[in-house]
Amino acid sequence: MSVKLTVNNLQHELDIDPNMPLLWAIRDHLQLTGTKFGCGMALCGACTVHIDGQAVRSCVTPVSAVEGKKVTTIEGLDTPAGKAVQSAWVGLDVPQCGYCQSGQVMSAAALLTTNSKPSDADIDAAMAGNICRCATYARIRNAIHQAANELPATSTRGG
Amino acid sequence: MYFRNLKGSSLWPGVSAAELTRRDFLKFTTLAGAGLTLAAALPEGAAAAAGGSALASPFVRIDPDNTVTVICKHVEAGQGVWTGLPTIVAEELDASWAQMRVESAPAKVPLYGNFAFDPKGSVQGTGGSTAVANSWAQLRQAGATARAMLVQAAAAQWHVPAAEITVNEGVVAHSKSGKRASFGELAARAAKLPVPTEVKLKDPSQFKLIGRDKLPRLDSHAKSFGQQQFAIDVMLPGMMTAVVLRPPRFGGKVASFDATQAKAVPGVVDVVQIPRGVAVIGRDMWSAKKGRDVLQVTWDESGAEKRGTPEMMADYKKLSQAADAAKVAREGDFESALKNAAHTIDAEFEFPYLAHAPMEPLTAVARLSPDKCEIWAGCQFQTVDQLNAAMATGLKPDQVSIITLAAGGTFGRRANPESDYISEVASIAKAVGGKYPVRLIWTREDDITGGRYRPLNYHRVTAAVDRNGKVVAYKQRIVGQSLVAGTPFAAMIKDGVDPTAVEGTAPEQYEIPNVDVGWKQANSPIPVLWWRSVGHTHTAVSKEVIFDELAEAAGVDPVAFRLAHLEKHPRHAAVLRLVAEKAGWDKPFSKDKGRGRGVAIQESFGSVVAQVAEVTVTGDTIKVDRVVCAVDCGIAVNPDVVRAQMQGAIGYGLAAALHGKITLTDGHVDQTNFHQYTVLRINEMPREIEVHIVPSTNAPSGVGEPGTPPIVPAVANAVRNATGIKLRKLPFDLAEARASAKV
Repeated sequence: MSVKLTVNNLQHELDIDPNMPLLWAIRDHLQLTGTKFGCGMALCGACTVHIDGQAVRSCVTPVSAVEGKKVTTIEGLDTPAGKAVQSAWVGLDVPQCGYCQSGQVMSAAALLTTNSKPSDADIDAAMAGNICRCATYARIRNAIHQAANELPATSTRGG
Repeated sequence: MYFRNLKGSSLWPGVSAAELTRRDFLKFTTLAGAGLTLAAALPEGAAAAAGGSALASPFVRIDPDNTVTVICKHVEAGQGVWTGLPTIVAEELDASWAQMRVESAPAKVPLYGNFAFDPKGSVQGTGGSTAVANSWAQLRQAGATARAMLVQAAAAQWHVPAAEITVNEGVVAHSKSGKRASFGELAARAAKLPVPTEVKLKDPSQFKLIGRDKLPRLDSHAKSFGQQQFAIDVMLPGMMTAVVLRPPRFGGKVASFDATQAKAVPGVVDVVQIPRGVAVIGRDMWSAKKGRDVLQVTWDESGAEKRGTPEMMADYKKLSQAADAAKVAREGDFESALKNAAHTIDAEFEFPYLAHAPMEPLTAVARLSPDKCEIWAGCQFQTVDQLNAAMATGLKPDQVSIITLAAGGTFGRRANPESDYISEVASIAKAVGGKYPVRLIWTREDDITGGRYRPLNYHRVTAAVDRNGKVVAYKQRIVGQSLVAGTPFAAMIKDGVDPTAVEGTAPEQYEIPNVDVGWKQANSPIPVLWWRSVGHTHTAVSKEVIFDELAEAAGVDPVAFRLAHLEKHPRHAAVLRLVAEKAGWDKPFSKDKGRGRGVAIQESFGSVVAQVAEVTVTGDTIKVDRVVCAVDCGIAVNPDVVRAQMQGAIGYGLAAALHGKITLTDGHVDQTNFHQYTVLRINEMPREIEVHIVPSTNAPSGVGEPGTPPIVPAVANAVRNATGIKLRKLPFDLAEARASAKV
């Protein structure tokens, strides 16, 4: 069955099961491998992508649910918040094994889009869905603060 | 440290390590000798890339484009080896950090063997926190040798004395003549020179990169932009994806299966039996997984483990009473000393099975042809994986090539004697006749229920102090499975004791005159494995909790009490004093609002780590507010990586302290995914973690694991400090501990 997807501003038409999770469509059929498989149950956040700018777990999102929506993966992340997050991630050497970090970056970028100056508590709340078994959490907190400091303040404070 | 003393052991029944490696060994045995150009010993892959104009050795390659590539024989699993090993080479080479690159070595022993595992280097692998320690001398030599050859090449080209040439930040220069050249410009000429037999290594006081506080990791960018390739990201033309249905109980086998429904799932291409289960292969992961969901298998469970963990623990308690425990340590006269002691503590400790749960579930890709098998994986144990893949495919080990990719975490999981996931993917490739490349993915459920756990353990400790506040008697029984019995590493068992099951008990560190420590092996088909810091994951807990309780019984401050038993261990004492100073141990500590603090220290993998944990207990909830950590790991090659490893190890240990447990009911694992196998999330990570590194000129020792053991007892001690409740069962359950304290 044919499914139409818009990923990183490119349109694709795939002959796949409409119930296939978005994760496997973008990995196995679009060869965008930056988004990772970690649990398959929306428990770890490794598969986080943006759908119309919101952080979503692609491992439990059927492709049929995102037709007509804009999917952004780590490969297409180019928002000011996303760039600031990635710059801070590199600058503070956040990653260890690195496997979860695409998901961490996507969640952090989404957080900073809605809350430009998050507190530690805001960060903990927004990032608690992303597991890192290397426990890079201390640096994730620092990097989000650093990215927030580099972004121009916006009026969209929330969360 | 595990993997010690492999000498004489067979890697596989009937195949000695010596036989397997003789050919390779002969090929490279003259490597260290004079006259052999480094280019002649190029590893596979490097030769083609070098194109004849590079200065290349098995460990470092300098290309005309002025990049310096370190060929890394260890897997990068997050511990920072892709930064640490290039730092060592760059230091002796006087390279610029910006020109450094890294790539994985192929599987080849003894060339890329781990000398910390055995002196002959017959096993290539990463573990026991040995990567930097085992590469230290080798890579300093490689870097210094390449530097000397670049200098010689420059001297010849410029007709100046080599002694007048300087090398700094990747630039070779002769100040009198004003000549300058990059490494890349000199590489081709240098490659034609004979390899010098003796090169001078730097005095540590001259180090510029080693020990530099903030040297950027070489892998941070790729890992922050989704560009790092892991095994799960390998895409080969025509590749299919496999998942395996394995026995629901450990020790079970396939009796028969019916693939009719599975094969009817669109996208499923094959269903094949392999030694460890039945594989469903599809054009993508979704098809394969849907096919597996409807696969019908009848299992033969005649040899399966049908006990639950409560029954197993009850059995372990009985085993602890056995008179025939194997001797781990015995000194003096325990019984007499106990009779004369002032205070005695008798305690039981229980430790659950633990899954490693790396974020990248086990994944491997295999491409099989009649005379070759290529494996892509985050291999931690290349030589063993090569042998097991050879066994699975019927090829010879040297027909199996291993492409080691970054591992999405391992914590020990990817180094297992049967190479479970590598064997599976090789078996699947064999079963389908190599007609397409195949990628095997373990789901998270496969990972959590799939075994190779940190073993269930039971400890019984009886210890006593005299009137002078000295521990005079210490008896301990440890009951648990062996990590190596029945594996190719069984030769590590000496006098009936598996060192990986008992390493790190109190008499190893503290001065105690009367000691009786014994180990009783438990048996089960449940497969077990080293889990970040191995035996220390449990021995450090009983040791440091008991010492804290003994200090209290003696009426002595916990730090002072430990120091009084560390008189022959000045290195330990220095680490403990440092952590106490940095934590403000001698300053008043407010215990308002449920606060408490605790300390613990453990030597593991050649390094000493002490930690002070500050907690707040609210109701039955433990929150760790602050951890101060001191570490002596010899020379800290990359201090920021050391800090990262301590931070991460604290988080990994906290997950075990607060949540981690695999339990079984009637032989079935109760947990399947992260909703049941709870791990640490960011909201539980202490807001303050300080890491202090003891300055040292000793050769580097382990960093990946040693941060894990102390945190669990430090938190237990902090909770007792806050509440008076003794936590001796993992994971900590304060409600249960309070209830049993009242009984």
